[in-house]
Amino acid sequence: MKSLAELQAIKDKMKDKVILREGTGDVRVVVGMATCGIAAGARPVLNTFVEEVNNAGLNEKVSVSQTGCIGICQFEPVVEVFEAGKDKVTYVKMTPEKAKRVVEEHLKGGRVISEYTIAANNE
Amino acid sequence: MKELSLNILDIAENSVKAGAKLTEIEIFESGDKLTLTIRDNGCGMSEGVLRTVTDPFYTTRTTRKVGMGLPLLKMEAEMTGGSMSVSSRWEKDYPTDHGTVVTAEFYKNHIDFTPLGDVSETLVTLIQGHPEQDFRFLHTRDGKVLCELETSQLRLVLGDVPLNSYEVICWIREYLHEQYNENN
Repeated sequence: MKSLAELQAIKDKMKDKVILREGTGDVRVVVGMATCGIAAGARPVLNTFVEEVNNAGLNEKVSVSQTGCIGICQFEPVVEVFEAGKDKVTYVKMTPEKAKRVVEEHLKGGRVISEYTIAANNE
Repeated sequence: MKELSLNILDIAENSVKAGAKLTEIEIFESGDKLTLTIRDNGCGMSEGVLRTVTDPFYTTRTTRKVGMGLPLLKMEAEMTGGSMSVSSRWEKDYPTDHGTVVTAEFYKNHIDFTPLGDVSETLVTLIQGHPEQDFRFLHTRDGKVLCELETSQLRLVLGDVPLNSYEVICWIREYLHEQYNENN
């Protein structure tokens, strides 16, 4: 059974890491979590991003956060990727599987997956 | 919504947006009846806004303060023969004691009852997105506690380690799953 003592151990282990993290987050992944996003499946998309970013060892570089309605409800779940000095990338109709690919190819590999972007889905 | 737990996430996001320091989510099951309560100490809303929150035709064209979330929950509750109500104390009128309470009653044996779904994932999602705010969760069935969580208690242990650190989020998910497995 999970115990608070175990949480204490996590805290002790993380003390140093927290200091390292400050001033980072060059890349921001933002998931729309309003009614429209949630109904379309944003919750598993968000939690896949959190998990895969960690698995890829990108925690220091990439932050995953939530926002309200982005205004394009018919394309939900919508995920925006912000990176300093680059254009915003808007991924639409996301799924956990697509999220895995975005982490691997875009966040890790640096290649935007154009077929998932709004431009490719807007015809 | 496919799962009631997604409605819970949606309504609790309203509480977070209303600046709630504490959002309480309670699920009480008693026989055939399931009562969901989401209570926050956020900014609340005026009586004028409160009158319109469950009607999508009033809200969509005006302030967009609440949108479709509450109408959906109301519809889902009423489809099972239950009901939904919202009460609120607006910060302007109640400077020290404000907030909103959403209560919905469902009848589980009704064919249109939306299954509760994965409440653990909803809590994890809320904490991941809003590590500075506190959440208290309690789920009971016929008086027996199935699962509970209070983030303020975790904060006491964690100190300045954020609640949404990956390791902490994983611990919380496991902690909730274990309680459900043990008590269900």
